[in-house]
Amino acid sequence: MKKKMPRWFYQLASPKWFYEFTSALLPWFSAAAILLLVTGTIWGLVFAPADYQQGNSFRIIYIHVPASILAQSCYVMMAVAGAIGLIWKMKIAHVVAGACAPIGASIAVMSLATGAIWGKPTWGAWWVWDARLTSMLVLLFLYIGVIALNSAFENKASADKATAILSLVGLVNIPIIKYSVEWWNTLHQPATFTVTAKPAMPPEMWLPLLVMVLGFYCFFAVILMSRARVEVLQREKRTDWVKKVIQNY
Amino acid sequence: MRFFLAALKRDLLLVFRHRNDIINPLAFFLMVAVLFPLGVSPDPAFLSEVAAGVIWVAALLACLLSVDGIFRGDYEDGSLEQMLVSPEPLLILVLAKVISHWLVSGFCLAIISPLVAMMFFLPSEGYLALILSLLLGTPTLSLMGAIGAGLTVGLRRGGVLISLLVLPLYIPVLIFGAGTVQAGAMGLPIQGYLALLGAILVFSIMLAPFAIAAALKVSVRS
Repeated sequence: MKKKMPRWFYQLASPKWFYEFTSALLPWFSAAAILLLVTGTIWGLVFAPADYQQGNSFRIIYIHVPASILAQSCYVMMAVAGAIGLIWKMKIAHVVAGACAPIGASIAVMSLATGAIWGKPTWGAWWVWDARLTSMLVLLFLYIGVIALNSAFENKASADKATAILSLVGLVNIPIIKYSVEWWNTLHQPATFTVTAKPAMPPEMWLPLLVMVLGFYCFFAVILMSRARVEVLQREKRTDWVKKVIQNY
Repeated sequence: MRFFLAALKRDLLLVFRHRNDIINPLAFFLMVAVLFPLGVSPDPAFLSEVAAGVIWVAALLACLLSVDGIFRGDYEDGSLEQMLVSPEPLLILVLAKVISHWLVSGFCLAIISPLVAMMFFLPSEGYLALILSLLLGTPTLSLMGAIGAGLTVGLRRGGVLISLLVLPLYIPVLIFGAGTVQAGAMGLPIQGYLALLGAILVFSIMLAPFAIAAALKVSVRS
């Protein structure tokens, strides 16, 4: 028996519907992103208590940790979107996957840069060959590979499929890379948030962090939708509805 | 099975008609290894310390260099297209091609690796670990590399791109491979490392052919 996917899933496959749907969502996500990021930044930088060991330098955690979390989930999102595009031959999924790659790469750079700035006062070095730093660097390389492959094809349809295959291969490899690097060398503190255990930090410290993480996700959604919308308009430029959108703009 | 053997025989025959295809990766392997004493230090104590890593990095680069050609000849003369439309399963064909690539790159590298190990003053306990780790690790390199080769075979400038795509995926094999040799050279047990390399190999044999086949289909139709 063939199981049917829900109706919205098929609707999402229509570029026009996707464009209208995201037009409705975009203002809400933008407002949420601004609200959460401003609250989180002020709360984290001004009101949260200073760390008893690291003093005020620990405050970069409010940028570093959300960026690191987002860089990883962005890769998963890219690979899953690519898989959906391969399986259901959905153009929009490929558009979304293509929009993920540059965002993910820049966020990975941000995570590495804030990590380096934080590492200097804490460990006394900009860079150490530690497992988590190295795996974030490898993640950045994976992103660079995906972007390079995507831009190497002239034909859009093959570029989409090739990048989807590559990001899926990367997704399968990420856990292997992560654990191999972890056994190789570890200095970094363990993850700040885990689903199973209570955070080791006091709530005054991790609550603003949570707000920042949510703010980063909303910000990511805004950027992702904007990029995907532009890409949709470019790809569908021959159709009537796009011409209408452009005229009314 | 007959199809698999036929495909394997054809690829090996092609390689043996161009002997340079076997010599080139090996020469490259030796040259990269020679660069390290020249560039860093010829001190035996230092060399024996870095031997494991240097030999593995050189082997990895040699594999990467040769993997670009795994589908290119067949793509350019059109036989790859014929293989894709043939009724024989593509996975078997892909596996045969990868194995023939491994036989002329990884397998030969494993055989001449003791020579480089000697030049790097690797303690004699490490020789067995080196050969075994290369025998278990390089097939994974060929499989992963073939994914990159399949994705880039339709592109004119595949060479640099393929290293960008594949090198991050090679990291676990490098870590465990060099780890095996280091443990072996210090006289520690190496079974754990070999088991990990074997596990990665089994995992890649299971999954990589699907990715390679999908990649080839994309490349040939574009």
